[in-house]
Amino acid sequence: MNKNKEPLLHMSKRDGVTLQLKLLVRIISVILGFVISGIVIFAIVKMNPIQVYKSMAAGAFGTGTRMWFTVRDTMILTCIAAGLACAFKMRFWNIGAEGQMLVGGIATAFFMINYPSMSPVLLFACMIITSLLAGAIWGLIPGFFKAKWNTNETLFTLMLNYIAIQLTSFCVSKWEHPFGSNTVGVINQRTMAGWIGNMFSPGYNGDFAWTVVIVLLVCTFVYIYLKRTKQGFEVAVVGDSENTAMYSGIRVPNVYMRTMAISGALCGFAGFLAVSAVSHTISTSTAGGRGFTAIIVAWLAKMNPFYMILISFLLTFLDKGATQIASDFGLNEYASQIIMGIMLLCILGAEFFLNYKVALNKKNKEVA
Amino acid sequence: MENKSQYAIQMKNITKRFGQVVANKNVNLDLKSGEILSLLGENGSGKTTLMNMLGGIYFPDEGEIFINGDKATIASPKDSFGYGIGMIHQHFKLVDVFTAAENIVLGLEGEKGKLNKASLHKAIREIADRYGFDIDPDQKVYDMSVSQKQTVEIVKVLYRGADILILDEPTAVLTPQETDKLFAVMRNMKADGKALIIITHKLHEVLSVSDRVAVLRKGEYIGCVDTKDATQQSLTEMMVGRSVSLNINRPVYENKEDLLIVDNITVRGKDGVKRLEDVSFTAKGGEILGIAGIAGSGQKELLEAIAGIQKLEQGSITYIDDKGENVLLSGMDPLDIIHKGILLSFVPEDRFGMGLVANMPITENIQLRTYRQGKGPMLDRNTPKALSQKIVDDLEVVTPDIDKIPIRRLSGGNVQKVLVGREISCSPRLLMTAYAVRGLDINTSYTIYDLLTEQKMKGVAVIYVGEDLDVLLELADRLVVLCGGKVSGVVDARTTTKEEVGLMMTKLGGGKS
Ligand SMILES: Nc1ncnc2c1ncn2[C@@H]1O[C@H](COP(=O)(O)OP(=O)(O)OP(=O)(O)O)[C@@H](O)[C@H]1O
Ligand SMILES: [Mg+2]
Repeated sequence: MNKNKEPLLHMSKRDGVTLQLKLLVRIISVILGFVISGIVIFAIVKMNPIQVYKSMAAGAFGTGTRMWFTVRDTMILTCIAAGLACAFKMRFWNIGAEGQMLVGGIATAFFMINYPSMSPVLLFACMIITSLLAGAIWGLIPGFFKAKWNTNETLFTLMLNYIAIQLTSFCVSKWEHPFGSNTVGVINQRTMAGWIGNMFSPGYNGDFAWTVVIVLLVCTFVYIYLKRTKQGFEVAVVGDSENTAMYSGIRVPNVYMRTMAISGALCGFAGFLAVSAVSHTISTSTAGGRGFTAIIVAWLAKMNPFYMILISFLLTFLDKGATQIASDFGLNEYASQIIMGIMLLCILGAEFFLNYKVALNKKNKEVA
Repeated sequence: MENKSQYAIQMKNITKRFGQVVANKNVNLDLKSGEILSLLGENGSGKTTLMNMLGGIYFPDEGEIFINGDKATIASPKDSFGYGIGMIHQHFKLVDVFTAAENIVLGLEGEKGKLNKASLHKAIREIADRYGFDIDPDQKVYDMSVSQKQTVEIVKVLYRGADILILDEPTAVLTPQETDKLFAVMRNMKADGKALIIITHKLHEVLSVSDRVAVLRKGEYIGCVDTKDATQQSLTEMMVGRSVSLNINRPVYENKEDLLIVDNITVRGKDGVKRLEDVSFTAKGGEILGIAGIAGSGQKELLEAIAGIQKLEQGSITYIDDKGENVLLSGMDPLDIIHKGILLSFVPEDRFGMGLVANMPITENIQLRTYRQGKGPMLDRNTPKALSQKIVDDLEVVTPDIDKIPIRRLSGGNVQKVLVGREISCSPRLLMTAYAVRGLDINTSYTIYDLLTEQKMKGVAVIYVGEDLDVLLELADRLVVLCGGKVSGVVDARTTTKEEVGLMMTKLGGGKS
């Protein structure tokens, strides 16, 4: 009476995957991603995929400068993602990194523009502290509303992005230079006050080693904070069950506010880096969508800041490479997005296979 | 229907492993049509795992399953439905904002899912009348009691045409009256030719409802007996593998002193309804104070009010510390209570909803109580590990390890042991437990009773909210009987009778006015 159909596959949860295997599967997934996108490119434009990869690699690493640019963008993306991870660990959907980054950037630019002749130590201290504070406030606002009135943080953080953009436009118009350009222009172009310089050689924008060091520190901080501190433990408990948190004496509203202040502060700090180390200017595109990309980075890295570096690197590489092939082969933007999509699909696929076991159903004996 | 076998289900040589743990080892189980089979076993003996293989949640590593005599491959819950198997899990999977009827057809494809409202209601009514369910198809799930939700789950699988029903600890969350109702329904289904498997740890239920009893021990199939040949004692021995005494020892502690004074408290729920009204009583150190009452009479709110989780509308709660000084508990939140150094432990009713963090391993759940200790901002990771290992050893918690797998993967009973173990390990002066033995096997239940009595003999004030009157009368020294949020009476558990308490539970003051 039953249609005794035997399904071809069956799925079950998988346990006890060793670290080496995990690593291997992930590496294979990335390679697979490249192979598949190569085939797709070939199928669409009949271009030699090897040639396309070469061009992508050239885009990301072709020259010393390009290599540093890739490193630099990887690091800033990682910094934002690390900030977001604090909120995500608490199951607080902070999608307001764009805004938090912008206000951090505004604070930085403010000091660079208004106090260029302050002693460098003091100037940097002011820039760093105020950018952290500005981001913290921008994160604290939705945290406070969530804590007090249980407002929806997704909508709230998203809307604050637009306010931050407007605020930036306003500042740009105030600080406009030269007059009528509707941009701030490069701040302190001559004196380079408030710029983060090279580590290995005199000058600016030759290498971005300081940025690397700074972001590695941020990663270490976030890693230790989430995994090893009492406050990080509270963040995880609140993320899992508010009631359990309350029961065990955690004041949930305080944790929301505290954690969002930290999350926002780190994103604001990314804004400081973007202005002081990279662009030396501020505009509404200073964040440039990286606040959203970082969401993917944080989740794919499972909130581990050191994995975030790898994921950020991959995404940055793809982005740079795609721009390069677009110009080399006259492809449009979509080609790069296809590659990006295929790659993400492969990475997610790897996560699936690491979590689930899929077995072919054989007729009689089942040995898993 | 040609080769219809007498067996609805036959499981042959089933083995299932989770990593190192062998949850089921060469298990054989037969279920006849038209019978109710009890599946009995200690916590972690593999009952749920075995049933989940029928429900399509897990797939056996080895062995075969036959349904109505034909070999079956059950690779998903959908397959399981296809074979006419309906599973009622302990945690319901209903959509809160939908009505009963909407939940019943949810996810159904084809004809049965497309019925119009009138004919759907008619079909539900028919099922309800046939087996004696009480169900309102238009009621929203969030308005339902646990027992009503369970009814929806059962009707749902019947509506989908299940002939074989599996109920995993359905009575753990029911009041005795609701249990009786459920059993009546089950007997009707049996008379209708359906085959049923029920898991329960309450032996009197096993004896009253089932035809046969199958016993698992540490994942292995021990045997099957006819219920009419079994007694509580014989079943316990089969389950545990040695003879155990089922007696609760109730010594007297001599120097009882008042430790907690609850004075005229009133508590309102979120919906504005009074959950507790003018409740007063005193708890003494060296005494187990039982709280009796029909489920939902304010037990939860009472314990939560003492623990600082519920706000009082009126009244006060006073704690008397070890120097004999009064400390006003009411108005404090749980953190204040901790900072004041008040040693209060609380085993709440909802394990994963309040007492534990489902996704964290044992060590971190143990740490929940102690993580604040020690100077500086860093977590101490070694002390909790040692403490967890001690609790796991002392209470014989069955688990593959203590700091890798999330606690929700443990069997229900083992989860409870961790929770109770943690609360006792804080060496409390006041220990509150709500349904501490819910979901625990009989042997472990008695271990818990012994642990509570041991605490009492250390001078701890134990407040024990229970549902089993026999246990309350044997374990507690005094009983506070609640009825509709009010104190119906305070009685001496040694001299009162079950009937008297039963009356007080349903009528304020036991009707004596
Ligand atoms: N998904 C899983 N991963 C790892 N171990 C598991 C998993 N499910 C069950 N186990 C282990 O298998 C054993 C049997 O568990 P199961 O839930 O079947 O017990 P049970 O008899 O239902 O117990 P209880 O009466 O406490 O509910 C336990 O040791 C448990 O820790
Ligand atoms: Mg179970």
